[in-house]
Amino acid sequence: MPTQVTTAAKSELSAATDAAGLHVRVAHFAFEGQALFTDLELAAVPGGWTCLLGPSGVGKTTLLRMIAGLVPGAVCEAGGSSPGGRLSYMAQQDLLLPWLSALDNVMLGSRLRGEPAQRDKARDLLRQVGVAEHAGRRPAQLSGGQRQRVALARTLMENKPVVLMDEPFSAVDAVNRQRLQGLAAKLLHGRTVLLITHDPLEALLLGDKILVMSGRPAVLDEVPVPGTARPRLASDPALVRLQEALMRRLSAALDEVDA
Amino acid sequence: MMRTALRPLVILSGLLVFWQVAVWLGDIPPFMLPGPTAVLSVLLTRYEILAEHTLVTVGEILLGLLFGTGLGATSALVMAYFRPARAWLMPVLVVSQAIPVFALAPVLVLWFGYGLAPKVMMATLIIYFPVTAAFHDGLRRTDPGWLDLARTMDASRWSILARVRLPAALPAFASGMRVAAAVAPIGAIVGEWVGASAGLGYYMLLMNGRVDTAAMFAALFILALVAVAIYFAVDVLLRLALPWQPDSDPATKLG
Repeated sequence: MPTQVTTAAKSELSAATDAAGLHVRVAHFAFEGQALFTDLELAAVPGGWTCLLGPSGVGKTTLLRMIAGLVPGAVCEAGGSSPGGRLSYMAQQDLLLPWLSALDNVMLGSRLRGEPAQRDKARDLLRQVGVAEHAGRRPAQLSGGQRQRVALARTLMENKPVVLMDEPFSAVDAVNRQRLQGLAAKLLHGRTVLLITHDPLEALLLGDKILVMSGRPAVLDEVPVPGTARPRLASDPALVRLQEALMRRLSAALDEVDA
Repeated sequence: MMRTALRPLVILSGLLVFWQVAVWLGDIPPFMLPGPTAVLSVLLTRYEILAEHTLVTVGEILLGLLFGTGLGATSALVMAYFRPARAWLMPVLVVSQAIPVFALAPVLVLWFGYGLAPKVMMATLIIYFPVTAAFHDGLRRTDPGWLDLARTMDASRWSILARVRLPAALPAFASGMRVAAAVAPIGAIVGEWVGASAGLGYYMLLMNGRVDTAAMFAALFILALVAVAIYFAVDVLLRLALPWQPDSDPATKLG
């Protein structure tokens, strides 16, 4: 059944260039007596963006947390092995630690694992996300958009082949969101990204594959994506055509939850 | 700025004037209520002996703060790291607070004599609970998102406690410390009342026996000054140590 690439990453550093697939299977998962997932399977696009849409409460975040190993119950394979230690995680909140500078927040992973700090690499990543001049500042001194950029740099610092994102751009304003989407598409190039979003446009702009999650127990439906190269423009005619269909699909999914 | 500094001074001098006038007009005998001038004259004439006793009491309070905070912080960390320890330590914690320190004072003096030890122990006991409770609460209330993030970064439990939960709990610990600084003098003074050979509490009791009420008031005045000074010193130190701590004062925050 799994049809992902088997080229396992040779080392941490080359991981980004070796596209790792991500295959997830949940046999059964119940929450408060209700079956949330039964025989659910998800295959992410190796080295590309897979977007997960669906109504609130359907279980998108739970599935992502299962893949991240935060909730037990999912059998995951990434590049032929279990994804433990091979993925990084970015949430809706920036989750920056308020007592650390932006630079120290970027280096949080090595700090927590007791590894030597790679200051130059962290500085370089802060420059790439456009907040180099704020490296010494604490999160409280940064704007929401700047904080989410630091969070993106922290995710990149982990340098993992699989990146899980839970609505990472939804808490910032429209202009910042657009810039962050472009930045993430550029900097996460070549990595296997699984993105949860509530914004159909975001999925159409960034996705190589779009999955709609609906029902209880939840099922995943693949919907068509524009054939054009990513990141797309919002004015892309192929995208505009598909947006209407996707909206209808999401609306139907929402009715299923309400029913 | 000037006004905020002046206000307490104005209130204080107003109260002093009212006090002196009440003593004059009410014809209150000095052994019941001495006037502020009488208290001031005691402060000026016996400052050497008062300073001696003050040093003893301040030493007891500071040592109590040190031990109480150390013990409280250790207990909180142990309870946060080892689940079973919570079930074992929690009853001890509650009992330590349920028995009034005042009731323990005679026993402690009986066991440890009239010296420094029982007073430091009293102050430690009275501080232990607020510090442990506040710090433990802070350790349990870490943002779950931070814990998720740390786990996906392959952090060990110990590393998460030391580098995420502990710093995140420091503002709560600081609240406990502030309460501790405010109540620590109670422990020291109670200890001195029950049995001591030095300290402001001992001096007050001695002067009470001699019906030297002005001297009692002088000691009380110094004690109040010491308590307020210790509280503010602790508060300032905590603010300096935790510059990232969110301040609820909207005036200090940028929009």
